[in-house]
Amino acid sequence: MKELDPMVFLAVFQEMLGPMLWVMLIVAALAVAAFVGLLVRDRGIVSRRLVRAELLGLLGGIVALVIMAQVSSSGFTDAGGPADWFLIALVYGVGAVATTILTYAAMGWMSGQTTRS
Amino acid sequence: MKTPAQHLRDALQASPTPDRRRFLAGLGALPLLGAAASAPLPASAAVKTQARIVIAGGGAAGLTAASRLSTLLEGASITIVDARKEHYYQPGFTLVAAGIKPQNYVVSGTGDYVPKGVEWVADKVAEIDPEGRKVVTAGGKSLPYDFLIVATGLELNYGGIQGMDTARIGQNGLGSIYHSPQAASATWQAMSGFADKGGVALFGRPAGEMKCAGAPLKYTFITDDHLRRRNNRSKAELIYMAQSKSLFGVPIVAEKVRMLFQDRGVKVNHEHVLQSIDLDKRVATYKTPTGTAEQGYDFINVVPPMRAPEVVRNSPLPWTEGPFAADGWVEVDRDTLRHKRYPNVFAVGDIAGVPKGKTAASVKWQVPVAVAHLVGDISGQAATDVYNGYTSCPLITRLGQAMLIEFDYKDNLIMSFPGVIAPLEELWISWVMKTMALKPTYLSMLRGRA
Repeated sequence: MKELDPMVFLAVFQEMLGPMLWVMLIVAALAVAAFVGLLVRDRGIVSRRLVRAELLGLLGGIVALVIMAQVSSSGFTDAGGPADWFLIALVYGVGAVATTILTYAAMGWMSGQTTRS
Repeated sequence: MKTPAQHLRDALQASPTPDRRRFLAGLGALPLLGAAASAPLPASAAVKTQARIVIAGGGAAGLTAASRLSTLLEGASITIVDARKEHYYQPGFTLVAAGIKPQNYVVSGTGDYVPKGVEWVADKVAEIDPEGRKVVTAGGKSLPYDFLIVATGLELNYGGIQGMDTARIGQNGLGSIYHSPQAASATWQAMSGFADKGGVALFGRPAGEMKCAGAPLKYTFITDDHLRRRNNRSKAELIYMAQSKSLFGVPIVAEKVRMLFQDRGVKVNHEHVLQSIDLDKRVATYKTPTGTAEQGYDFINVVPPMRAPEVVRNSPLPWTEGPFAADGWVEVDRDTLRHKRYPNVFAVGDIAGVPKGKTAASVKWQVPVAVAHLVGDISGQAATDVYNGYTSCPLITRLGQAMLIEFDYKDNLIMSFPGVIAPLEELWISWVMKTMALKPTYLSMLRGRA
């Protein structure tokens, strides 16, 4: 099964992003760690904070789509079939989830709030 | 009908059949180029040898072969011979000529990709002597070899079109993408000027074998789209001069392109081959079955005839009969890329005398096969790898959309993403692959990492 080698993914993304790949991976890992740390500290999800983070997440999805359009020299009126809508949803979803996690973690650690709502 | 997830699960559970392997490869390397073979090589399996291997040509095929050989062999003397210091990412030329990417998008350095332990002789190959088993450079250096990989690429024979002058590309409505990054950029200037005014634009392709046979079609679609975006489509007539009775070598694709041309209002003249051009009067003359036909133009994309470089044509390596003889393509077995008369010689990339191909995707699929057979000769364990003619073409049908077309020797459509990306559908995702993923995958291939 040598074809399904994660090293190929790594090689392609390294060529695509250069050192930015590592910056992004580190930021992603830190955000997830901060988020999980917060869950442990608060012993669960703080709903009010999550809702606010999700609001920003909605914007984050749009930003992800705008970046995608920029780097691919195209726009979303170019969608021509189900695979395209799937990709658009995927990009939006990744942007939204990443922004939500980052925001939730930042808000939690900055506020120092420990009470559950 | 299986879902992609079921395909993947099946493939992971069972021993890989070729189809399943291809699907996985498609996932693994992101698209296109990735749809073919490979992945990184197990370094632990390096074969010890003193063999002298010469690679004539340091383009996509030569560099990829060098990377794979240097990983698979230990102690071998591997030499690349190529005078050109610039490396061209040729699949990007169309994007430069479309105004999507800058000229420097396609230019890097050959030296960036020459693997450690491989010697690069920056000189022109002047003579290939398969009887004496040596390659001689223009500077007079003689390089004896045990194995030779011919990866010289091809020659753009602009001289085959009477009146053509490559120095005038970009002027007076003359475009020609293939010539160089500069010419691709100059072609964009000429085409953009045409898209502002309208008039008659001519497209077409030469009669013989050519690299990326989809490119002339793509450029027709791209020009059409630029005209539409500037509200000038009604002021323009686009004519595609097909060299044969068909628009593309793969019948099912040819039919799809016919429908798209009809939809976009592109006129098609069959069996028209560009013979001469008057650059001042802007008149192109075509050879047709009934004589010659003249056509005036305001913009033309000249695709020159292509043939083997002189050094190959003057060697004993080309086919001596059949469709590949006239232009000097190297006589190799189409399954193994091994020379039919000189078993220690392989040819990969544009120079290989096999049907289809002449794309970077062909290189990606061909090189691992040729290299496996070469290494098999050294280790004594004969390889069984077969090249099935796989190649791919992200056929841009307008800015922002492309059809991901993949096929083999038998004109079968191949799908790297069955059930997800339909081959004859105009999709944004295929455009995204072309603009974002293809170059990183190509560069990974040069480095032997994909």
